[in-house]
Amino acid sequence: MIVAEPKPVSEILDMVKDAGRVLIVGCKGCVTVCNVGGAKEAAVLASTLRIARRNDKSFIADSHTLERQCDPEYINELEELIESYDAVVSLACGVGPQFIAERYPSTRVYPGVNTRFMGGAVEHGVWSERCAGCGTCVVHYFGGVCPIARCSKSLMNGPCGGSTNGKCEISKDVDCIWDIIVKKMMEQQRTDELIEFKPPKSWVTARDGGPRKMIKEELVK
Amino acid sequence: MSDLKAGSNLEKVLRAGHFAFTGECGPPQGADVEAVRKKAAHLKGCVDAVNITDNQTAVVRMSSWAASLILLQEGVEPNFQMVCRDRNRLAMQSDILGAYAHGIRNMLCLSGDHQKFGNHPESKNVFDIDSIQLVNMVKTMRDEGTFLNGQEIETAPRLFIGAACNPFADPFDYRPYRLAKKIAAGADFVQTQCIYNMDKFREFMKRVVDMGLHEKCSILAGVTPMKSVGMARYMAKQVPGMDVPDSLIKRLQGAGKGNVAEEGIRFAIEQIEEFKAMEGVSGVHLMAIEWEHRVPEISERAGMLPRPEV
Repeated sequence: MIVAEPKPVSEILDMVKDAGRVLIVGCKGCVTVCNVGGAKEAAVLASTLRIARRNDKSFIADSHTLERQCDPEYINELEELIESYDAVVSLACGVGPQFIAERYPSTRVYPGVNTRFMGGAVEHGVWSERCAGCGTCVVHYFGGVCPIARCSKSLMNGPCGGSTNGKCEISKDVDCIWDIIVKKMMEQQRTDELIEFKPPKSWVTARDGGPRKMIKEELVK
Repeated sequence: MSDLKAGSNLEKVLRAGHFAFTGECGPPQGADVEAVRKKAAHLKGCVDAVNITDNQTAVVRMSSWAASLILLQEGVEPNFQMVCRDRNRLAMQSDILGAYAHGIRNMLCLSGDHQKFGNHPESKNVFDIDSIQLVNMVKTMRDEGTFLNGQEIETAPRLFIGAACNPFADPFDYRPYRLAKKIAAGADFVQTQCIYNMDKFREFMKRVVDMGLHEKCSILAGVTPMKSVGMARYMAKQVPGMDVPDSLIKRLQGAGKGNVAEEGIRFAIEQIEEFKAMEGVSGVHLMAIEWEHRVPEISERAGMLPRPEV
């Protein structure tokens, strides 16, 4: 899933300081799963804004949550609602506010969360990055572990000289993913595969190749 | 010796079977040419080549190739370092061509410390290719005469290719294999991380020799004399991939006030003496960090002078 974290309330308050009627739009997709942008969080944020602006008697903050914000079909649902508001705060990943802004060009749309990474829950309340979206998956070469997303230097032929006691040189709180890859491959007696030189990666399919688009021909009319 | 790969002094020294001795010089955090010349003067005649670091510890400094050119002007052979952190494959290849065009003949290929440690932690890193891929790219440019994309190079750069090797980083059991991988990718010589844990290094070299790696690549053992107990403690605790045994810290403490630096030098000299006799070790890389002026004395006392004329 796409993992996001809430923006500080002070930042959101500053974004909407000139708006008298604010709509918080939640999303039932990834941000609901990581507990930052679902119906509950949207209602809590609306209430927080109302409390913060309680001296402004005319101030309105409501919430509404869509099935997904990455699909025009659901964005359309806002059509009648959105006209009553000066500002929309989207709690979806970075896709959401853009889809809303594109569909409703005269509405001021603000991001209510910071989109962090693609990952999953490793324990209750903890999410960890797993994928960099490079467009050419290679995890099978590395014991099912991605060094592009999970090595601080995206090394294809690691580990570097900074690996100490299983930790990365950037922090004692960050695992050296190459330590994990090497131990796993050696345990599986696949050291010979590891010693094989991995040539430079083509980043054409990654963000480096320019903004990306995926077309599934059979679905295009 | 017509079959030299690059014809650098370092390559010739190693090829002739001499015990090589390389030094290190960190460029200034500014455009002070005299600072580089001064460091070069201390190292001249004491070592076979001098590593010029590339924004080491991710701190902005005069560029490695530029400081390398100043060394060339001073008659000191540079070992041009390049890290993967700051350049993509276009910039790397163009800098390699430029460095060679100006007479640089040795190059050390490194991953580079993460920018988080440095003075611009907000920066974006590159890591388009990694250090082993860089080694292979320089070899391809030299031996195949092609760029990374396969396109022919009109005049190919001929560099003596170096890599780093840290026997003390984890996982220990994989380190000799990773060295093998670097050698297969094209490393002509490697310089190790600073060695303090001699037992561990002996074990590492035993494995390296058993694998026959020393016959395919020249291995230079890294030595950095400890200047103070504080430095030893800092390296033990703060520098990733560094292994400083407590026994060494105790030995330095035992030297007493005013004698620690001398004890540090004594330890370094003992190490060099042992490396001269150690199977598989072809030389020493002396990293006297901000202590270049002590290099002549250390070289003399370690019996490394005069350097061979090749």
